[in-house]
Amino acid sequence: MSEKESTSSTCDFRQLKYREALNEALREELLRDESVFVIGGGIGQRGGSYKVTVGLLDEFGPRRIIDAPISEASFTGAGVGAAITGMRPVVEILFVDFTSLIVDQIVNQAAKYRFMSGGKGRVPMVLRTQGGSGNGLAAQHSQSLEAWYYHVPGLKVVMPSTPYDAKGLLKSAIRDDDPVIFIEHKLLYLAEGPVPQDDYTIELGVADVKRRGDDVTIVAWSNMVPRTLAAAEKLAQEEIEAEVIDLRSLVPLDKQLILESVQKTEHLVIVQEAVRRGGVASDIASIVQAEAFDFLDAPIKIVAGKNTPIPFNVHLERASVPQEADIMGAVRKVLHL
Amino acid sequence: MTYSLEFLEQLYRTIYTIRIFETECIRLYRQGLIIGYFHPYLGEEAIATGVCAALRPDDYIVSTHRGHGHCIARGGELKKMVAEVLGREAGYCRGRGGSMHIADIDTGNIGANGIVGGGIPIGVGAGLGIHVRGTDQVVAIFFSDGACNNGVFAESLNLAAIWDLPVVFVLENNQYAVSSPIEEMSRISDLYRRAEGYGVPGYLVDGNDVLAVYEKTKEAAEACRKGKGPVMIEAKTYRHGGHHVNDPGLYMPKDRLEYYKAKDPLKLAREYLTEQGECSEERLTAIEQQAQEAMEQAVEYAKNCPEPSVEGFLKEVERN
Repeated sequence: MSEKESTSSTCDFRQLKYREALNEALREELLRDESVFVIGGGIGQRGGSYKVTVGLLDEFGPRRIIDAPISEASFTGAGVGAAITGMRPVVEILFVDFTSLIVDQIVNQAAKYRFMSGGKGRVPMVLRTQGGSGNGLAAQHSQSLEAWYYHVPGLKVVMPSTPYDAKGLLKSAIRDDDPVIFIEHKLLYLAEGPVPQDDYTIELGVADVKRRGDDVTIVAWSNMVPRTLAAAEKLAQEEIEAEVIDLRSLVPLDKQLILESVQKTEHLVIVQEAVRRGGVASDIASIVQAEAFDFLDAPIKIVAGKNTPIPFNVHLERASVPQEADIMGAVRKVLHL
Repeated sequence: MTYSLEFLEQLYRTIYTIRIFETECIRLYRQGLIIGYFHPYLGEEAIATGVCAALRPDDYIVSTHRGHGHCIARGGELKKMVAEVLGREAGYCRGRGGSMHIADIDTGNIGANGIVGGGIPIGVGAGLGIHVRGTDQVVAIFFSDGACNNGVFAESLNLAAIWDLPVVFVLENNQYAVSSPIEEMSRISDLYRRAEGYGVPGYLVDGNDVLAVYEKTKEAAEACRKGKGPVMIEAKTYRHGGHHVNDPGLYMPKDRLEYYKAKDPLKLAREYLTEQGECSEERLTAIEQQAQEAMEQAVEYAKNCPEPSVEGFLKEVERN
């Protein structure tokens, strides 16, 4: 836990699932602030496809837990309008793939409103969605599209990998005065981890060192974090100590933490599930080579998804995105082993 | 319905101010002082004027790319508007938005929009916020016949309907989507009829008759405040020119343009004031002169306002 994270006590931790931690964050913010409401498809009685909103309808009623028709563009736009007029909506889009339907409202409206209004307008809205592959859901339900939103000035992009981060970051996202794209991962909802009993938030833009090491820095986010940590444990058996940095939020980007780690390890591997072309990893690599070139002992290595739509077949699907072996191979290569 | 002379004069003052704003700005555009896209509201002034007169100060409006009239009718400041279209720091958007993005938080004007139809869901969201808070405010969403053929129109009408939101959908049917005539873009040109399919009451009014617009909006806003759900009003009108300043509108048939120019909302309002309101010619001239002077002052002010600082801008974006 970094110093920038606020918590009144660090003793009472429980084991919670990622989805339960998200549910707690929503519940606590709904209780704390009357302007918070949640809107999306099947989030009420059904509790959401991934059960993140379970129980909220019973507790907060249909005025604040709003089931919407399959009209993504308009209910997202409704979130934008409500946010402009003083509310703090949390809009849920079932799959990040479906955010293709809301791009105008996010990119042309939400992201630009504050700027276009000369700084007077605010869009304090959170867009919760989930992405990633690994469940055999094929090409239109498995993408990693964070680069789309990373590219657009005016948006923040958050991608938590643990229950602790998910809760603290979602609470900060809801309290933030700008639009936040909050992308969960479908394979993480059942992941368990310690979450404090007490109220806490995690500042957006502060990355977290998930594993300390001196030999190589590995930067990852979302579901690539547990995969990278598993790879790092195996590499430790080969006496390679990797430092694993979980970005947690891509915008703002904690450039400083990456640079400091690279200055120490002199080697960098970046792991992203998204396709290689035009990805966030490329941008991070360009920043590091520009600002820490003299510290690098070897070219930066990017491990990324193949430039392909995600296939249905389980073997092909696995071959499309980075696996433990790919990460380990990249580390050995960057260390000339 | 009978109206006080004061109220009628106020309506006329607004219509005249919009007319003067647009004609003066077109002049500035021709002089090269205004650049980019500029979409005049000429010929449609009665709609914004009538709608906004029927709203309360704590209500909201959502405007369009053809939005100067909405901003003025809602009580926007001419000085800040002219400064903005001239790209000055003192403008509504500090010179960062321009004509298509003027928003005025203080008057509940959520803003113009460069995307046709883009404001419709945003207006529904303002209505949803009112619904969650449980207040009796109302939102008037201005949009066009062009926006009616965008998917968010259908989605948003349905959302407002199922949640009984306090939204008045104000369809400004100027009969052209940029250059495409409505008869070619829709099998039914009377677009208010689409409302019925969503369980929303739809009405047709003469968009050049400010009192007809005012009365129907008043009625709709009252229904909204009582929790009866959304209403759609189609105000039929016609542009006095092309889509924007540099579009001569050659596709607009001459006889049709003449027909609507004879029904000029400014002329109709003036006639009404002299005939029904018994307003004297001197009084009308005085109103016009005041509006003219206010606009001249706004232009003078804006021309003397500094441009935004490039260094300041670069410093701001560094933080992004």
